[in-house]
Amino acid sequence: MNGYSFIFCETQCTALPSGALYLPDHETLCVSDLHLGKSDRIARRSGVMLPPYEVQETLEKLQSDINQTNPKTIICLGDSFDDMDAAQSLTDDTRLHLIGLQAGRKWIWIEGNHDPGPIDLGGTHLMQIQIGTLTFRHIATDASAEVSGHYHPKHRVTGRSRPSFLYDQTRMILPAYGAYTGGLGSHTPELRRLFNAHPMAILTGKRAIAVPLTKSQPPARPHGRSY
Amino acid sequence: MTTLPAPFQNWFATRGWEIHPHQQAMLDRADAPALMLIAPTGGGKTLAGFLPSLSELADCNHQGLHTLYVSPLKALAADIKRNLRTPVDEMNLPIRIEDRTGDTSYTQKRRQRADPPHILLTTPESLALLTSYEDAPHIFKGLQRIIVDEIHALAESKRGDQLMLALSRLQTLAPNLRRVGLSATVEDPDAIARELACHPDPCEIINADPGPDPDISMLTTDEKPPWTGGGAAYAIPAVLDEVRKHNTTLIFHNTRAQAEIFFHNLWLANSDDLPIGIHHGSLAREQRERVEGAMVAGDLRAIVCTGSLDLGIDWGDVDLVVQVGAPKNVKRLVQRIGRANHRYNAPSKALLVPANRFEVVECVAALEAVKEHDLDGDPKGPGPRDVLCQHILITACSGPFNADTLYAEIKTVGAYQSLTRSEFDDCLDFCATGGYALRAYDKWKRLLQTADGNWQLRDPRAAQRIRMNIGTIQDTDTLKVRMKGNFKPLGEVEEAFAATLTQGDTFLIGGQVVRYENLKEMTVEVSRRGDKKPKIATFMGTKFANSTQLSQRILRMFRQDSWPELPDHTAEWLTLQREVSKLPEADRILVESFPHEGRHHICAYGFAGRNAMQTLGMLLTQRMEELDLHPLGFVATDYATLVWGLDPVTDPAPLFRAPDLRAGFETWLSGNAVMKKTFRGAATIAGLIERNLPQARKSGRQATFSSDILYDTLSKYDPDHLMLQITREEALRGLVDFGRIEEMLDRTKGSVDHVILNRVTPLSLPMFLEQGRIAVAGAAQDRMLEETAQQLMQEAGMKTD
Repeated sequence: MNGYSFIFCETQCTALPSGALYLPDHETLCVSDLHLGKSDRIARRSGVMLPPYEVQETLEKLQSDINQTNPKTIICLGDSFDDMDAAQSLTDDTRLHLIGLQAGRKWIWIEGNHDPGPIDLGGTHLMQIQIGTLTFRHIATDASAEVSGHYHPKHRVTGRSRPSFLYDQTRMILPAYGAYTGGLGSHTPELRRLFNAHPMAILTGKRAIAVPLTKSQPPARPHGRSY
Repeated sequence: MTTLPAPFQNWFATRGWEIHPHQQAMLDRADAPALMLIAPTGGGKTLAGFLPSLSELADCNHQGLHTLYVSPLKALAADIKRNLRTPVDEMNLPIRIEDRTGDTSYTQKRRQRADPPHILLTTPESLALLTSYEDAPHIFKGLQRIIVDEIHALAESKRGDQLMLALSRLQTLAPNLRRVGLSATVEDPDAIARELACHPDPCEIINADPGPDPDISMLTTDEKPPWTGGGAAYAIPAVLDEVRKHNTTLIFHNTRAQAEIFFHNLWLANSDDLPIGIHHGSLAREQRERVEGAMVAGDLRAIVCTGSLDLGIDWGDVDLVVQVGAPKNVKRLVQRIGRANHRYNAPSKALLVPANRFEVVECVAALEAVKEHDLDGDPKGPGPRDVLCQHILITACSGPFNADTLYAEIKTVGAYQSLTRSEFDDCLDFCATGGYALRAYDKWKRLLQTADGNWQLRDPRAAQRIRMNIGTIQDTDTLKVRMKGNFKPLGEVEEAFAATLTQGDTFLIGGQVVRYENLKEMTVEVSRRGDKKPKIATFMGTKFANSTQLSQRILRMFRQDSWPELPDHTAEWLTLQREVSKLPEADRILVESFPHEGRHHICAYGFAGRNAMQTLGMLLTQRMEELDLHPLGFVATDYATLVWGLDPVTDPAPLFRAPDLRAGFETWLSGNAVMKKTFRGAATIAGLIERNLPQARKSGRQATFSSDILYDTLSKYDPDHLMLQITREEALRGLVDFGRIEEMLDRTKGSVDHVILNRVTPLSLPMFLEQGRIAVAGAAQDRMLEETAQQLMQEAGMKTD
């Protein structure tokens, strides 16, 4: 399935090209920063009406990863919703789609800074969860054997910047999974200070490709507009 | 004949001036609802436009705004204000003249709305902004005349469409408004006149005496022009000689990067310390103003410049115009030449300096076109709907509106005369709800229909955001450049260029070599550094495509047996090309195949202009990708596209089959970078995407995501959406320019001459140093990315899977 398999803190991991993390020994799929309802929030706040298809796009991608891995547990690693109102304003179709994805699986919503409270959708709401050797939470702390999201890391190789997993011996940060999400370059001090001397990046795309994070990286910024 | 009031006659008399015939004609027809004057630069065009206003205002009876003057450049508005003040002060006329541009202070702007001057000088964007205020009826009440200067330049772009829409608004607010257009010489004056008039009213055209033909020639030097490049460094000594021989010389360049390099080299060779300045749109305002001031004061012997000096600002005693690089477009060349010698009825003097061997051919073709008065230009399509969407939002900012009334008003704009009601309704629906097949925004609509049927903003605070996004000029993402520890900006570079810099890299800006230090809060910090060879700052969006007419002239020249009109070196080059390969012909596409540096290359000569040749590159590489030929990248110039890849192309003819190219174009539309750029432009104008405002950029970068994602999502889930319709429409022109590929297919009927060689050909040689090489995001790139990743892994001593 074009994923990249590696051992992280004694746990077998596969980075999927979509940006999801799969733990085969625990039959667990983890996705971070879905930001569902982002277009709704932007319309509400600014009057700018972006194409309202990002929820559908993100859930279809998740559906495809679930079909491939058939996990028993799914962890949404925080910022699953762009804000609490966006979580409330999901359409009936979206709710049905989510319920369909949840059926027969354990579903964990980890709280993020964008969605810091319970949501009236199925599943369990937690601040963090332990799976095997690993702790899953939204924002990285000083703890080791930790998997988090929040920063939307991106990495640039041969001129092209792609959403990327970043990890070293103690910490892993997942790329943002949602359709309408930007990224933060792997060279930025915010991300750099979280890793030790020899971090790795796994680029998403058609295949998940691992590269060592080299020391100097040109500034990587998305070519586009901010919201 | 209308006679001038006495003070005016005296003023003319004391100066020893006589009124020009076209100035008199403008006075005589001052009552015409629409009037256009075509006059060469230096023909007293602006005074001709203002004389009726000054004469009407001389009796001091008019209250409030009388005349609105709109020009494409802020600098032009400021310049005209200065020039108008002289006669007004000398005749002691009680006329208040003010300008209003992006540079005008906030307090001054507030005051102008409450108490408008008699004459207001502004730009299309500032005018659009004025019409968005609730007090627009008060500001424009009693407006008598609007003067659109350099209307030929505005009419070429969406800025002209926006201006004409604003005019339709003004005509409703001030029904007695008379419209005046001032234009340089153009190929189709009637087309511009039709856009100016309130449809279906006629528009009278007054032609001033065009004056004598210019004295124009190509600079001949002892040194041969190089094979490639745009720097024209070989011509520096000869150009310096010319600068010495003349009072003031304008040295025009086609791109800012070329202007920077040329200025740098000129300065190194300037042993006499002649005062020479540089002026282009990416320099900081302070620096531009300093150069402009020195120019007006007569302190400069030469200015190296770009299109930022194209328009009719009066720079004093210019007696020579030098055009470095082939002019690409005869009309623009003629207008530039007009900048020399502002004395009426004296010929302008101009020199063309080809930057390389191919440009010698282009320059000779352009000289012939100038001699034959053969101006080029492409007919414009109907008014663009993204601009219309912005106009609807601007209208909503000023207050509730009725859709029927607004539709009727828009139909009076020439460019929108054939707009159907359903097209209008689609635009209105887009502004109100986003216009999506999935009606997701019922709660958060931008516009609401009230009980009386009028439309208004759901949230009045949205007006502020809409106003901040007014305008149709597509901004490239640029970053400010400043010296470390100094707040004075030097200028701007493109973000894509800044992204390639690492600490220690050097580049040219404003004529000095600087060293990249770091990026701080979206500002590039540099230090002074004169000892290293600079990398070159790149600026996009300033390259023009060669016009169809010029390309045809060049192809006609290729048919000649010999070229006595060309310098020997260039004639020999063409002869050599004919010997080792072929010269391109108008009715067939020449394709050359040869290896170079371990890659297989094909060079296709289509002569369809830079943009279309770039699109052709996209389409060719897409077909090659399908045929597993592993294309890696391409580069396009006005006359050819060069593609390189991992596998050879043995039979290129099928790549050029018209039905395949058209089908390829349709598929390609959905996933391509130029289309995404086109989409980004249209979506920004229409208000779907907000401009990258400096204050927004500083905030969290995770919140930024590429507008390309919006294009992909929309193409996938809502392919018939208005924004995609507009994007496809624009693809036929502009950056994509598929219209000219159609022209090429039509002319050649897809006939291909394939020449297989073992090395680079003379004519393809310039392609290899051309900037703007585009990598193909295909299987070959994935293959190379994986190879690079593996290499990095090995270098780091890690195992690869």
